[in-house]
Amino acid sequence: MKNPTVASPEGFQLPDSQRRVIRWMIYLAFGALFIGIINGLGQALNYARVDILQYFPGMRNYYQGLTVHGVVNAIVFTFAFANGFLALTTSRALARPLNTPLLWAVLGTMVAGTLLAGYAMATGQASVLYTFYPPLLAHWSFYVGLALLVVSTWLTAILLFGALRGWRKENEGKRIPLMAFISVATYAMWTLASLGIAISVVGLLIPWSLGLIAHSDPLLSRTLFWYSGHPIVYFWLLPAYVSWYVMVPRQAGGTLFSDPLTRVVFIMFLLLSIPTGFHHQYTDPGISGGMKALHGVLTFGVFFPSMVTAFSVMYALEIGGRRRGGTGLANWFLKLDWKNPALVAQILAMLTFTLGGITGLINASYNLNQAIHNTAWVPGHFHMTVGSAVTMSFMGIAFWLIPYLNRQELVGRGLALVSQWVYFFGVLVMARGLISGGLDGMPRRTEMLEAPYSKPSWELAGMLTGLGGTLMFVGGMLFFAVLIATVLFGKKTDTPEDIPFTDTHQPPATTGWEVKLDSFRYWLIAAIVLILIAYGPFLAQYLPGNFTSTGYRFF
Amino acid sequence: MTVERIEKIFLGLTAAMLLVFLGALFYSAFGMGMHLPDREGEILPSEVRNTPPFDDPGVREVGDNQYEVVLIGAAWSFTPREIRVPAGAEVTFIATTTDVIHGVHIEGTRLNFMLIPGQISKVTSTFREPGEHLMICHEYCGAGHHLMYGRVIVE
Repeated sequence: MKNPTVASPEGFQLPDSQRRVIRWMIYLAFGALFIGIINGLGQALNYARVDILQYFPGMRNYYQGLTVHGVVNAIVFTFAFANGFLALTTSRALARPLNTPLLWAVLGTMVAGTLLAGYAMATGQASVLYTFYPPLLAHWSFYVGLALLVVSTWLTAILLFGALRGWRKENEGKRIPLMAFISVATYAMWTLASLGIAISVVGLLIPWSLGLIAHSDPLLSRTLFWYSGHPIVYFWLLPAYVSWYVMVPRQAGGTLFSDPLTRVVFIMFLLLSIPTGFHHQYTDPGISGGMKALHGVLTFGVFFPSMVTAFSVMYALEIGGRRRGGTGLANWFLKLDWKNPALVAQILAMLTFTLGGITGLINASYNLNQAIHNTAWVPGHFHMTVGSAVTMSFMGIAFWLIPYLNRQELVGRGLALVSQWVYFFGVLVMARGLISGGLDGMPRRTEMLEAPYSKPSWELAGMLTGLGGTLMFVGGMLFFAVLIATVLFGKKTDTPEDIPFTDTHQPPATTGWEVKLDSFRYWLIAAIVLILIAYGPFLAQYLPGNFTSTGYRFF
Repeated sequence: MTVERIEKIFLGLTAAMLLVFLGALFYSAFGMGMHLPDREGEILPSEVRNTPPFDDPGVREVGDNQYEVVLIGAAWSFTPREIRVPAGAEVTFIATTTDVIHGVHIEGTRLNFMLIPGQISKVTSTFREPGEHLMICHEYCGAGHHLMYGRVIVE
């Protein structure tokens, strides 16, 4: 067993029919990002007190734009990309084709969900933001659309587990190839994590929006939202981690050091992502301080696998830089291939993620959270995680993935590089604005343009937010220019290309305790036990709930 | 599984850092009394204005240098809009909402808490310096969300 990362290192080609479906998933993802970025410009300029939203056709108010921005970026873009990308990595790693009808079903549910939620948002009947907290009441089609988008991820989970099961039958006693293991682990985590949002949307909000039940329970729905709403952060991030672990080392000319440590990291995410949701509800009434403290400690725990990742990925990059002639303490970093847009996008993504991680730890810090909760600091933080670490990684992946799926060459490599640098500087400037404003009390999710209150220090913060957001918009549009030019004009290539993946320096063991790492069943049981410890006491105290709120359409 | 020495050092430092941070947080919470909102009871949202103490919102002195602020959030204003308390007094906010979720952030302080329909929020703090603070609704509550604010004047 020479190659531990994939089952068949000689090359496996996904059938063309399946390549086509995955291509449409990736197109859907970037189509959503396009709409999301355009709305993002309006959001950033709002803080600079420049109103461009009035020129958006059909846009009723700021909050409608903010809802679209959040939903299409954080749900449609990320879900569609993960569904397509991790289906591909799993299939490639196992050297097995996927179940074609199921793959179509994933695409179909995503399109239907996007259209339904999109209809409600576009007609102004669902300006409830990405968090859709009741008792703000949206049109039923918004909730049904969201439910379908979640269902598409469940179908993908069935697709991946099905492929893995088929592979195991034919390969008894062999270790799961690393790239398949980490892809499936991502979906194992999310399947468990998405139950909260599913129960809230399907069990409570859809019947409520249809008038079948009269009341909602705002605290219960909010808690169920954050049960899913923190691990969703890792569902956004882990597809990027898959790339950072098994693809970036190859693109940098290095090697991933440790197979077992990589598996341990993904298992830690499976265990620790979910029992942390109360750190989004530190300032909520109705939840005891003790339970909040427990979630705080567990959130600190989930910081650990990200630090392991920081080490492993930097190590792999250093191997690459030194192989390319780098010497000394830091010179290897400069010797990396700074002309490869796929690599550059992801290195810059890692740099912003360092700041994203630090600010995230501050958010999770129990009473320190009171200094920044719901201020502009928070979007400052998450634009350095999902808004750049994830988004730039996905853009970087697209620079090889679109040519791979279409058997084309990338058009405009120079422009691709420029797009990522502009986006990178843009997000840093914008985050600087939002974070400084937030520290001085500037609220998030607020139409500052029309707010009757202000503070002098928010002036500079708002200007930087607007300037940075504009740069991000320009970087994003340059990215789309490259993408569209590649699809329309990219030279066709006949030579079959493989997806880039690395070897591991330390291959998986075939005997001993490491073999047990592959038993998803045990990890899922352990994850469920942790969830019961983290949420059981609250639910036991709180249920049957407090269903006393009627719906409001204040938009 | 072999882990290199340098990685062990790196991860050891990470663990040490997290433990120090946690220690500081627990000290600030249980040593210095900076608590988060807790379970303070439930209320019927439609009956808020008829339920004590919310039938009489405002500021009142409840003890020696102790004040109580009864605060109601409703789309899109706070009652009362202006709160006057003396510097150095222990001030307890008791608050709730009659309709959707709202938030309260008194900028420049750590007073930052959510108003959730059906729940009563309670937090205690002391304003040390005289001055004026914005009290901002920081949770989206509909098309007029940005109009919802008030002031705290510390005398």
